Amino acid sequence: MFPIVEKTVLNQDVVKIKISAPLIAKKALPGQFIIFRVDEYGERVPLTIADYDREGGTITLIFQLVGNSTRQLAQLEEGDSILDLVGPLGVATEIPDDVKSVCVIGGGVGCAIAYPQAKALFNKGLDVDVIAGFRNKDIVILEDEFKAASTNLYVCTDDGSYGTKGFVTNMLQEQIDSGKKYDMVIAIGPIPMMKFVCKVTEPYAIKTIVSLNPVMIDGTGMCGGCRVTVGGKIRYACVDGPDFDGHQVDFDELMRRNGTYREQEHECRMMKQADNLQQTDK
Amino acid sequence: MANMAMVKVPMPERDPKERAKCFDEVATGYTAAMAQEEAARCLGCKAMPCVKGCPVGVQIPNFVQKIAAGDFEGAYETITATNSLPAVCGRVCPQESQCEGKCVRGVKGEPVGIGRLERFAADYMRSQEKKAVPAIERNGHKVAVIGGGPAGLTCAGDLAKLGYEVTIFEAFQAAGGVLMYGIPEFRLPKQIVQEEISNLKDMGVDIRTNMVIGKILSIDELMEEGFEAVFVGSGAGLPRFMGIPGEALVGVCSANEYLTRINLMKGYRPEYATPVIKSKAVAVVGGGNVAMDAARSALRMGAEHVYIVYRRSEAEMPARLEEVHHAKEEGVEFLNLNNPVELIGDENGRVCGMKCIRMELGEPDESGRRRPVEVEGSEYILDVDTVIMSIGTSPNPLIRSTTEGLEANRWGCLVVNEDTMATTKEGVYAGGDAVTGAATVILAMGAGKTAAASIDEYIKSK
Repeated sequence: MFPIVEKTVLNQDVVKIKISAPLIAKKALPGQFIIFRVDEYGERVPLTIADYDREGGTITLIFQLVGNSTRQLAQLEEGDSILDLVGPLGVATEIPDDVKSVCVIGGGVGCAIAYPQAKALFNKGLDVDVIAGFRNKDIVILEDEFKAASTNLYVCTDDGSYGTKGFVTNMLQEQIDSGKKYDMVIAIGPIPMMKFVCKVTEPYAIKTIVSLNPVMIDGTGMCGGCRVTVGGKIRYACVDGPDFDGHQVDFDELMRRNGTYREQEHECRMMKQADNLQQTDK
Repeated sequence: MANMAMVKVPMPERDPKERAKCFDEVATGYTAAMAQEEAARCLGCKAMPCVKGCPVGVQIPNFVQKIAAGDFEGAYETITATNSLPAVCGRVCPQESQCEGKCVRGVKGEPVGIGRLERFAADYMRSQEKKAVPAIERNGHKVAVIGGGPAGLTCAGDLAKLGYEVTIFEAFQAAGGVLMYGIPEFRLPKQIVQEEISNLKDMGVDIRTNMVIGKILSIDELMEEGFEAVFVGSGAGLPRFMGIPGEALVGVCSANEYLTRINLMKGYRPEYATPVIKSKAVAVVGGGNVAMDAARSALRMGAEHVYIVYRRSEAEMPARLEEVHHAKEEGVEFLNLNNPVELIGDENGRVCGMKCIRMELGEPDESGRRRPVEVEGSEYILDVDTVIMSIGTSPNPLIRSTTEGLEANRWGCLVVNEDTMATTKEGVYAGGDAVTGAATVILAMGAGKTAAASIDEYIKSK
């Protein structure tokens, strides 16, 4: 069992928890992920590690309530435990030595995964610009943390309710146009965002790393559920990734395949809601 | 006087039409009277050819004769002296090519039903009250076993019997490996697997789940922690795909994924959250036991049509005859001498058809089987909404890529001395699919057993 030692609700859709997992905390590196299972009936769900404390023996997860399992995880409180936690899985992000200037881009809850990247690079002494994009002011997260881990922080909102109005891609283009030179871009967020960031960087041949989140079960290279097409070849996000060269990734395919179980998830949630209604009726 | 009947006492089975709708075990097992009648068919040959066919060396005539005499507990003890997983082996071993394949009674008529009898003895003991396990004197030496599948469980069991302190490091939430994630409930109930594993725990084997060695701890770190030897039984790895167009369509998955969702994650039970693809027409590509398991599972998940698409003919099929027979009885449709060339998707990127080409058999290839050759112009489209690829796996890369000094061959299988199962790294032994590529449960168990004996010798000689 893995106890939750701290819980913070960041906004109505995003929750941050610290879990006691000393062995995982000892080994975790930016870019790696864990798989959790809340209880005996739960799914195995992958989440990228948002932070880790080697001395304190904890890892931090920041997640959006998107499906049944993340909703269930969000219902747990400090002192509660989850049944299974496996990790650290995947290959840690590799930054070549000649990279001096990096732009880290986070979209929505993807900022949770972009943050440890920015922090690690900034602490290594690199020039780190962060572009953090959100739908609106209400769901802005990690602003102070990013400020402390970047040379420049640019917050954008789709509706202009906070920071600069517009998408992260607009801000990235603006920086490039104004003469800013990046050796590398790291983009983590919704699939369309990563796809369009890659479209912006491609003409300038800026190496762009994306962190993928495909369907996954075991996370150890056994089921093949997480296969993605990169450079025309099958690669497995769990053992070859989750980071890949964004200019090689087939994002449209990934988006389609991630929808494989959407109908069933929806159906399942409807049934649960119906159950709950019936119970309240009684 | 031996029972000279030419055929085995038939195994009671659930009706094919009923069982194809549920996950209850297909074969329901011998009664005591049936077991005694079948056991009486054994001639008790002095040369014991059957034992030579058993990778874990079960003293077969000895236990069979005990069953004939009604000493079921004695039979169980004889089996478990060399086999830690009798209820599993009695169900899933390919006895026809092992012990039963060597049985003298098989020369004329059917061999003795050794597998069925092994299963009977194991199930009989499961139905009895559990006895306290006599304490084994510990020798103070620690051994780590990576992977709680058939190879690892066998190695751990044998070492525990010798007094070693054994820890199994299992990547999943439950030990059992392919017995849990791969082989379906209707062939091998998971309760039985867990009971056999709990027998190992009673012998003092410690099982640590959720531990992916190579990630959370390396083999070198295990050795620094005081484990004097390590056995690697990490199993099969990445599933193979055909490399044909359309394999990334929604509705295409590997047999490993399909079966893991259903078996380990219990996706067939409504109270479990893991989703399984809902299908009307399923094509399973491949002709092995895993393909049969996937096809029969798809029927049980409610598919109206399930096809096995196999490029050779039934004679070349690697699956056990019994599995093919059961699949046919339940309504799986066999499209032998057919090969997929393309998967076709609808406007939403979901698979909606499989373009196949008919094959014919030509000259024998390097495997000795006749090479399938395409029949020109014979392409047609099979209407399916799900495609399950069951064409093998390649070994898992996690251990070899994180352990210095561990050599692998060009396919990624760990290199071992086949007599001792020693790898190229001192103190590290390996067996099962991690060494052989996808093979059978009992071969993995045999390797685990050999490795346990070598580890014992290695530690004693230090």
